[in-house]
Amino acid sequence: MEVLLDSLIGTVKDILPILIVIGFFQTVALKQKIPNLPQIAFGMVLVIVGLSIFLVGLEKGVFPVGIEMANQLSGSAFTGVSSDPTAAAGVSVDATKYIWVYVFAFLIGFATTLAEPALIAVALKAREISTGAISPWGLRIAVALGVAIGISLGTYRIVVGTPLYVYIISGYIFLVIQTFFSPKLFIPLAYDCGGVTTSTVTVPLVAALGIGLATNVPGRSPLIDGFGLIAFASLFPMITVLGYAKIAEIISNRGVTK
Amino acid sequence: MAETLKFFLKKFLTVCLDILPIIVVIAFFQLFVLKAPFPNLQEALFGIFLVVLGLFIFIQGLESALFPIGEKMANQFALKGNAFWVIAFGFALGFSTTIAEPALTIIAQKAGNLAADAGAIKKEAESISEYVLGLRLTVAFSVGLAIALGVLRIIKGWSLVKLIIGGYCFVVFLTYFAPINIIGIAYDSGGITTSTITVPLVAALGIGLATAIRGRSPVLDGFGLIALASLNPVMFVMMYGIAIHGVR
Repeated sequence: MEVLLDSLIGTVKDILPILIVIGFFQTVALKQKIPNLPQIAFGMVLVIVGLSIFLVGLEKGVFPVGIEMANQLSGSAFTGVSSDPTAAAGVSVDATKYIWVYVFAFLIGFATTLAEPALIAVALKAREISTGAISPWGLRIAVALGVAIGISLGTYRIVVGTPLYVYIISGYIFLVIQTFFSPKLFIPLAYDCGGVTTSTVTVPLVAALGIGLATNVPGRSPLIDGFGLIAFASLFPMITVLGYAKIAEIISNRGVTK
Repeated sequence: MAETLKFFLKKFLTVCLDILPIIVVIAFFQLFVLKAPFPNLQEALFGIFLVVLGLFIFIQGLESALFPIGEKMANQFALKGNAFWVIAFGFALGFSTTIAEPALTIIAQKAGNLAADAGAIKKEAESISEYVLGLRLTVAFSVGLAIALGVLRIIKGWSLVKLIIGGYCFVVFLTYFAPINIIGIAYDSGGITTSTITVPLVAALGIGLATAIRGRSPVLDGFGLIALASLNPVMFVMMYGIAIHGVR
């Protein structure tokens, strides 16, 4: 019960600045009352209570298991690589020993993204304004696949030790080229999907995975190499959503010409 | 009554489906890869029940509060016809939600310790906390600026693609000069600034504006605020790094 209260206070703290800004602009700039205030106030309560319960559930049921698992999979007992804290930075490691880490990163990235509340919100909006042309499940699976590929590749990078910017800049270049060949309608939505993916669920789990891995792999520093997974998780969904849009376009064009 | 119950049951089952993959992945690894029994099975099951319940309640609130507020305010601003206030609103929303973001506080603290270890700032509590506050203000300012710019883009009808690609080019340029320690933090800072409550609100604001302003398409112009809010911090954190640590 105490945990729930803490979580509730935390969520209220998060939402307070938003309420102040909205209140200020409603009274000073718009000089209007908020329409349907009771309904909106009740909805706000639902948002706060729902998010608080959700976060407590994550902390109790999902994070401990996920973090423990990430530690076990990258630990020396499982991989057979002795973790040597004195190893020189940039020492090369047998990357195949960590294959289960990449698989785990892929699957947990996919699974947690499907449960990400912010992504559910954007998918609902996308269906509404495209009058059903953009399917919420199609979009969410495309984004989840992107996060999965991103995190999996990101863990591989931590093991191998390549500088982060090599991957990210290559990804940017790929994305820019891809943009020119993508259906225009999807581009802004795809770009937004990068930022949407990494909210409540994904960030803590992914950060734990990155730091756990960087601690266990010899020659990697949790401070330098532990960062970067979130960057991967925000870059790849843009690529997969544009890819999904292209495939959807090709399929519907075929239907038309037939 | 039966209809309402059916409606809620259907929504509840949808949420269960959202959570199912997490359960499957964790169970698979625990049973087949690690071959170990579940630690604290009861607690984990209870936690998962809370996750489903919480998400269900959150989604109800989303549709009855966060979306309507964003849209109605966008409409009122558009009717008022004063661009200044809506841009100011975008900035205030971006700045205030980011400065309070817990994930940012954690990352900024790590970055502060890192900078002290690297010798860029003095290894004292005071200079570290100054650095951390500076970083948080930088990121919050950059998110505020991004949303303000995004709102201006919707009003003026500028191309999002050009803004984003221009931003990427600048990120690449800055990466070449930025101190190596700050790059990872900078790239990550883009992803952590958009929280679960901010995203639906900002999405509704953008789409509401694009719907209310004549000549704008909700699909083409309404999205893009979150994209800018994720890109801007990357640049600003690197510039902050260059300002404090100096050019590589």
